[in-house]
Amino acid sequence: MKITAVSEDSVLVTFADAISDTLPRRIALLCNRIEADHNEWLVDLVPSYTTLLVIYDPVEIDFRRVEAYLERSVRMPRETDPHSTSSDLPDQTTHDIPVYYSPESGPDLEWIAREKNLSVDEVVSYHTGKTYTVYAIGFAPGFGFMGEVDPAIAAPRKDTPRSRVPAGSVGIANRQTAVYPKASPGGWQLIGRSPVTLFDPTNLSLLNVGDLVRFHPVSRERFLELGGEL
Amino acid sequence: MSGLRIINPGARSTVQDSGRRGYRRHGLSAGGALDIHSFSWANKLLDNPANTACVEILLGGFEAEAEADIVVGVAGAATSVRVNGSPRDGWQTVQLAKGDRLAVDPTRSGRITYLAAPGGFDTATWFGSRSVVVREKIEGIEAIRKGDILSPAHATARYQPRQVPERFRGRYSDRLTLRLVPAAQYSLFQRDDLLRLTTSTYRVSNQSDRMGFRLEGPALEQVPQGIISEGIAVGSVQVPGDGNPIVLLNDCQTIGGYPKPGTLGALDAGKLAQRLPGQELEFYFANVADIQNERVVFHRFFSETRWHTDGYSLSWR
Repeated sequence: MKITAVSEDSVLVTFADAISDTLPRRIALLCNRIEADHNEWLVDLVPSYTTLLVIYDPVEIDFRRVEAYLERSVRMPRETDPHSTSSDLPDQTTHDIPVYYSPESGPDLEWIAREKNLSVDEVVSYHTGKTYTVYAIGFAPGFGFMGEVDPAIAAPRKDTPRSRVPAGSVGIANRQTAVYPKASPGGWQLIGRSPVTLFDPTNLSLLNVGDLVRFHPVSRERFLELGGEL
Repeated sequence: MSGLRIINPGARSTVQDSGRRGYRRHGLSAGGALDIHSFSWANKLLDNPANTACVEILLGGFEAEAEADIVVGVAGAATSVRVNGSPRDGWQTVQLAKGDRLAVDPTRSGRITYLAAPGGFDTATWFGSRSVVVREKIEGIEAIRKGDILSPAHATARYQPRQVPERFRGRYSDRLTLRLVPAAQYSLFQRDDLLRLTTSTYRVSNQSDRMGFRLEGPALEQVPQGIISEGIAVGSVQVPGDGNPIVLLNDCQTIGGYPKPGTLGALDAGKLAQRLPGQELEFYFANVADIQNERVVFHRFFSETRWHTDGYSLSWR
């Protein structure tokens, strides 16, 4: 654990040097604790993979006090933490996301199958066979970086990104997977499309750091019924 | 409500306040006025609180017609504006009568001009802020367009004339020296590269916008590998594999994986944001406590000083 001032109004808490599936839950827990304190000085929290960036109002508090506050919050024993559950870590939200996997909705699905010597169905069952952890939200509003996909279907980003990836596209980049919340340029290998809304201005991001995500296959008809667009 | 009817928004004009608070974890950018110095002065001219929405005009070419008597505060790059074609000095209040045309011409020095209105411009609030982040392409959050009407929150038709004292005005043709707080990856950079960064002259490139400013100059030679993506502080200097530093500004992404040797404070980031392509700058490393102190004094100045009746001087309460 390392706590460092990285600017005049932010402090970075580094939990570990490597990504792991348990870190996002710990980082989310610290976010919850900080928010529960209703600190006047708090401007923003940016959790990501192994870190939490805490942005504050320097008129209200100085960096030494923020560092000391974070030291205390990180080390707070769980039994005195009102947000702690009986288990070691808080309950996690699990999202079940429907995906229409097909060459029509996932233009790189057949390419990955060929590259990996798998059938298209096998690629799909590898992708739906795991529960993923949301490591970070970024790139675009509501874009969740999730992992880790089975090495059997891990595929590098495209050399030349597409200028337009449709909203709902489900992609793979190395051992991560994500759903594009809206149409944007993008370089991930696309294997399907989901009808789910990942970001809207009222409900904000569907996914939060530390959440769990499972994908399940749906037919073309079901995808369209659920509001998906091709 | 009537206010300013936009005849020409110019190269790019948006409404900005101090930015969003608490939405970066959803992947939403901070947004907000790029140059808090001239932004704060535009508001101070009208006694507006610190977080009041102004029009942020990039480069100029802006023209609007007053639909009613209205006073505006002008601060930033435009050393003068025109009212019905006649020049008026910038860095002061400008009184407009119904039907008057206000023009902010393309600037020769400096990039950004702020227009303040009594109580601010009463535009839509999104994510707790009136700041517009065009990059996110969220329906309804858009740059100012021809025909838009921007209304002041308070129906104050006239206001005491005021001028920002000469010594407080921004001077954007000066050579720039920017202070960096050592950031999380400072120690991953080679000493030679840190010396290169702090002893070379860099220039503002053409690829500079509200997301960030790309700099031209000696590239760093042994850039550390990409890092695990982490939250980005506005003002961060990130160095991609090509070794050319990019200073990230208010509309940047919330997380990123390029290593960062240091971070500019908000006041220095604002000075940079005011610079035009080709302008020169240098970096040096400084102490976070010093930069934080200066920032606190800056904000206290605006909240704790009052104008004298002469409209040209201020004193602390």
